[in-house]
Amino acid sequence: MPKRTDIQSVLVIGSGPIVIGQAAEFDYSGTQACRVLKAEGLRVVLVNSNPATIMTDPEIADATYVEPITPEFVEKIIAKEQPDALLPTLGGQTALNTAISLHENGVLEKYGVELIGANVEAIHKGEDRDQFKEVVEEVRKKIGHGESARSYICHSMDDVLKGVEELGGYPVVVRPSFTMGGAGSGFAHDEEELRRIAGQGLTLSPTTEVLLEESILGWKEYELELMRDKHDNVVVVCSIENFDPMGVHTGDSITVAPAMTLTDREYQILRDIGIAVIREVGVDTGGCNIQFAVNPADGRVIVIEMNPRVSRSSALASKATGFPIAKIAAKLAVGYTLDEIPNDITQETPASFEPTLDYVVVKAPRFAFEKFPSADSTLTTTMKSVGEAMAIGRNFTEAFQKALRSLEKKGSQFTFVGETGDKQALLEESVRPTDGRINTVMQAIRAGATPEEVFEYTKIDPWFVDQLFLIKEIADELAEAPELTADLLAEAKRHGFSDQQIGEIRGLREDVVREVRHALGIRPVYKTVDTCAAEFAAKTPYFYSSYDEETEVAPREKPAVIILGSGPNRIGQGIEFDYSCVHASFALSDAGYETVMVNCNPETVSTDYDTSDRLYFEPLTLEDVLEIVHAEAQAGPIAGVIVQLGGQTPLGLAQALKDNGVPIVGTSPEAIHAAEDRGAFGRVLKEAGLPAPKHGTATTFAEAKAIADEIGYPVLVRPSYVLGGRGMEIVYDETRLESYIAESTEISPSRPVLVDRFLDDAIEIDVDALYDGEELYLGGVMEHIEEAGIHSGDSACALPPITLGGFDIKRLRASTEGIAAGVGVRGLINIQFALAGDILYVLEANPRASRTVPFTSKATAVPLAKAAARISLGATVAELRAEGLLPAHGDGGELPLDAPISVKEAVMPWSRFRDIHGRGVDTVLGPEMRSTGEVMGIDSVFGTAYAKSQAGAYGPLPTKGRAFISVANRDKRSMIFPARELVAHGFELLATSGTAEVLKRNGINATVVRKQSEGTGPNGEKTIVQLIHDGEVDLIVNTPYGTGGRLDGYDIRTAAVARSVPCLTTVQALAAAVQGIDALNHGDVGVRSLQEHAEFLTAARD
Amino acid sequence: MTTSTRGVARTPAVLVLEDGRIFRGRAYGAVGATFGEAVFSTGMTGYQETLTDPSYHRQVVVMTAPHVGNTGVNDEDMESRKIWVSGYVVRDPARVPSSWRSRRSLDEELAAQGVVGISGIDTRALTRHLRERGAMRVGIFSGNALPDEGTMLAEVRQAPEMAGADLSAEVATTEPYVVPAIGEKKFTVAAVDLGIKGMTPHRMAERGIEVHVLPATATVDDVYAVQPDGVFFSNGPGDPATADHPVSVMQGVLERGTPLFGICFGNQILGRALGFGTFKLKYGHRGINQPVQDRTTGKVEVTAHNHGFAVDAPLDKVSETPYGRAEVSHVCLNDNVVEGLQLLDRPAFSVQYHPEAAAGPHDAAYLFDRFVSLMEGQRA
Repeated sequence: MPKRTDIQSVLVIGSGPIVIGQAAEFDYSGTQACRVLKAEGLRVVLVNSNPATIMTDPEIADATYVEPITPEFVEKIIAKEQPDALLPTLGGQTALNTAISLHENGVLEKYGVELIGANVEAIHKGEDRDQFKEVVEEVRKKIGHGESARSYICHSMDDVLKGVEELGGYPVVVRPSFTMGGAGSGFAHDEEELRRIAGQGLTLSPTTEVLLEESILGWKEYELELMRDKHDNVVVVCSIENFDPMGVHTGDSITVAPAMTLTDREYQILRDIGIAVIREVGVDTGGCNIQFAVNPADGRVIVIEMNPRVSRSSALASKATGFPIAKIAAKLAVGYTLDEIPNDITQETPASFEPTLDYVVVKAPRFAFEKFPSADSTLTTTMKSVGEAMAIGRNFTEAFQKALRSLEKKGSQFTFVGETGDKQALLEESVRPTDGRINTVMQAIRAGATPEEVFEYTKIDPWFVDQLFLIKEIADELAEAPELTADLLAEAKRHGFSDQQIGEIRGLREDVVREVRHALGIRPVYKTVDTCAAEFAAKTPYFYSSYDEETEVAPREKPAVIILGSGPNRIGQGIEFDYSCVHASFALSDAGYETVMVNCNPETVSTDYDTSDRLYFEPLTLEDVLEIVHAEAQAGPIAGVIVQLGGQTPLGLAQALKDNGVPIVGTSPEAIHAAEDRGAFGRVLKEAGLPAPKHGTATTFAEAKAIADEIGYPVLVRPSYVLGGRGMEIVYDETRLESYIAESTEISPSRPVLVDRFLDDAIEIDVDALYDGEELYLGGVMEHIEEAGIHSGDSACALPPITLGGFDIKRLRASTEGIAAGVGVRGLINIQFALAGDILYVLEANPRASRTVPFTSKATAVPLAKAAARISLGATVAELRAEGLLPAHGDGGELPLDAPISVKEAVMPWSRFRDIHGRGVDTVLGPEMRSTGEVMGIDSVFGTAYAKSQAGAYGPLPTKGRAFISVANRDKRSMIFPARELVAHGFELLATSGTAEVLKRNGINATVVRKQSEGTGPNGEKTIVQLIHDGEVDLIVNTPYGTGGRLDGYDIRTAAVARSVPCLTTVQALAAAVQGIDALNHGDVGVRSLQEHAEFLTAARD
Repeated sequence: MTTSTRGVARTPAVLVLEDGRIFRGRAYGAVGATFGEAVFSTGMTGYQETLTDPSYHRQVVVMTAPHVGNTGVNDEDMESRKIWVSGYVVRDPARVPSSWRSRRSLDEELAAQGVVGISGIDTRALTRHLRERGAMRVGIFSGNALPDEGTMLAEVRQAPEMAGADLSAEVATTEPYVVPAIGEKKFTVAAVDLGIKGMTPHRMAERGIEVHVLPATATVDDVYAVQPDGVFFSNGPGDPATADHPVSVMQGVLERGTPLFGICFGNQILGRALGFGTFKLKYGHRGINQPVQDRTTGKVEVTAHNHGFAVDAPLDKVSETPYGRAEVSHVCLNDNVVEGLQLLDRPAFSVQYHPEAAAGPHDAAYLFDRFVSLMEGQRA
């Protein structure tokens, strides 16, 4: 049955900013879905507040709303666009929750919008814990398999002791009923623990009730990805097995596809349960994933949960199998059935089959605990990773070792040299799941642990444990062999050893190993991901490397451009870089090149096999890239390799690639050095006559002290060559400087610490620009809301700048041009300036696409990354203007006065982390970047745009209620005016005594509230923290007190995070928020699509 | 512990295809020489069922899934009394099995049953070769003193071909036996064993059927001696063009109008009994992910396949046969191969694939219910 004819337009909801647990995978799925729907001739209306997405590119949908994903704003869009249907299953939990709200508040009915791809009842059945238990029970009645974890309700200690017997013994999970946030729950391993935890639980519970649940910690964990069409055809797209057993969130586990340790009987039981669950829940069309726990002792199966929508796992499954789940889900939603949809990869067989793999896929998570030193690093059922890498190999060891090196993190690869430490200590350490536990396990194996011991301590399946032993045995052979023979080298490569690892074991340099290997003729071949294990010919060149016999790379004639992606998402290097890579691919394909993408991040659009002409799903290390370049050079001409779009990862490879004879196009490695090396960059600035803050480089405390003494405190200190402000700190005195140097482990003469004068009270400005060697195109000028000293990635900013005049822009343009020319940029450059005391300082320059490129492109309706890719390959700004890729005249520095204002706001992951005592982590911004994503608010005036950015990032700004103000002394002056405005808008002000006093002197009434340290008052007066917890505060302004006192507001800020109360930690943000509140209180805030904005801007430019 | 890098696993092995292509790897299972028809199977689970499926008799099976043996060998998942494949080709055999049901390693089992295998070769390259050139004869030679390539190739070319092979009698039971009904007995079925898998009578027994499994040489009289409510023709190895005896037995059953069900080889026999031809597919269907459409309901089922031959029947019309009208009931959506036949005027149907599903998905289990309905209908 072909597609429905009663739907002409569809609203798609995206997932908003990148947060932990909801990342780039939803851009990948949403982009696929929008393209499919558009190709089907439907009008696609899209809402997503995240500008760094491909899906919000104006050509992907017909009307793109970069607006907050809240029921209020989505209703405005529905009222304006009048779509026939709403597809809510492709934008994660955000989209699903928004759709449910719109259903429940009657908006969908009011405007006659049909929910497609999922029905409300199914969503509830899938997501509600109790309803899902009933689903599982029904399934068990029908097919005789599957159950929920057994539980036992207790009202006394006698009940509790009896319950443990009923459940079959320890350990058990104790969950007190009706306590806030699961307070008082825990694992009891013996009677003593049980009496303590359950006793406390019975007391804590208002109903004196605790639930005992059997523990399934350490069980095998599996996931199935299923799809169902309206004819009730169901297929299992992929099975995934977790390397880490139950107890670690799937997103934080190393996972493997396909399942490795199930017989067909057991696998078919999971499949039968999965199909029965999707039917029982009633997912009409589309995808879902179902998680299972399997008892390794007897195969008992517990159904843990299901997601009735496209998920992170489905993106992974799509990349792992070549079966595009989101794309097919979109087709099913508009009426097709699976057998009517062709398999993209074979083009001849239908999608109503189950992919079969002749390779192994391993996904490994990437964490950012170094950014949150106080956070507890134990992995639990709450996801904490910020990104992931996937690798494909012809066996597990190959895929596994490739995945570990794809993480591109020091120490992520196995190392086989040096002291191992004590076996018993290592085994005990490996009980606790952490980032890098796998390396601890390997060290334990090196220290003599047996397979049985490793299983006993970690519960990692014995087959996987044996694979670790296999890797270790090969490492031993490498170490012991008298010489590196062809056989041994080939064997090591077959099991995923990198040249670097082999070199380390043999005491050789990596490049020497490579030379030996090449001399022996040992090179990888490239195999195709084809959904069918070679049963049918694949038409899509989606490759992975393997040390096997036969390569499948076909010859080509067109010159190829190889684009190096950015690897796993991490804080500081996220989806923004993928955006630029994808744009380069599109632009260069249009310009007649064969585009070749290299990346290892399964969440992204760049690793969709549809994006580039060829896709290599490979680690971004020198070795892996050199081999791809070699393979492509065998296949046809290479025009060059682009390194400037994927962030620091490919940039760091530039020089070594060039040294190996690889043609780098665009900005040369020498130019990159000129911008990144302090000395060289200083000369560039000097020649251009531009000031930088006073600075110096130091490798010892004495040197650092001498510099700081000369330039004066505070100073900004940081290691060289880092992204995202890693390790960057504002140091106010000598004591801290000394401890900073002592704590910095990576200082060496080639990696000195940079000491800069810190510009207090400066305005920070970001510039993105294109340079072709002759002409500068100023892409955009962003004025930060927060002052200098807060990492640009964590700072909100406005474009066009809201307080800079024509003269400032002129200076910025001249400086940018001077630097671009001096460095030798061909393509994009990003420069950070600080305006202090009317002097424009240059803070740093990055000769590559920056994090802000997508934002700038969207705010000015100009595709900067596309232009950069073209310039890299020799086009000029003038040519691109003539072609229409860039505006015919003018640039992002001279936007018309009535151009819309765009505000970017960063989104922080505070709520994800707890310290080891279970308390929240502090939320103060600083020079080290910690945000995971961003949103954009766009409107004709700043206040509204800012309000939208806040609504998109954290929820709407309050328009009335109680505001609590407590600011540092230095901020008290700047607080007065905005505080008065708040009162004018009807806010009641609360303040701590010092702040209240200042306010009173200025004629502003504020109620004094007790500090947390003062405790509850004699008449039960609540402290500010209690008030926040009780939901009696609507807005919080709390700026940290310079040095020493940074913890003063800790309880307030963590309470704000816990209760989701807007919390402003700078006075600049307060001033902006007041403008936003003002806008919200004055008349209706409208919505406008990017296409409308662009049309207006283009008209205004002419 | 045996490792892939030491000891016996380092014994060299060579795989030689009849067109001269050679792959070099390591010995797996028994050491020696073996010959057969090279076919590939794409299932990611169920190697134990595959190895013991009599339909693989005289075939050298190439596993496209790289890791084989991970769950070892247990005592429950055998589809017959022994391993039937004549040779086994894998990329990365497990060194240590992991499953609570595992009793021994696959490597040991293969060696114990004398099955010669090879590991560590580029199985994907081999699969692509077979896909492009078609299934062909192959030899595996392992040991420390191997003949030269020319000698090995000559031996491969002397091995018998699959086309024209009559193999059922080699694998089927020689004595009749009974699989009792589970629970209350409702029907008696005579099952002609042409290489039957253990799961097939089990699926019938689950539905209250007492199954009398008869040797491939059983006559029409033998079939009716058990007073069957229905007659079943099983899967099995070889070229259906040679299966004249079962075809004539089936014609006897069709004449009497007894409810009839056939699987795999049984489907080809029904095809021949109705007057259709059979032909050899280029490289066959072997896997557990094949989309088959039931043309009466339009629904798609994901099914287990193991067939190198297929029935040549018209897809687009009802055919007239000596037993009334017949039509193609099921078709493979990958390549439009006939996957099922049914008579419209008599109670008989068959499928080319494996609803008993061992290994494989259970989507087609309803066909056993259909057989039960036919028998109920006949009684009413």
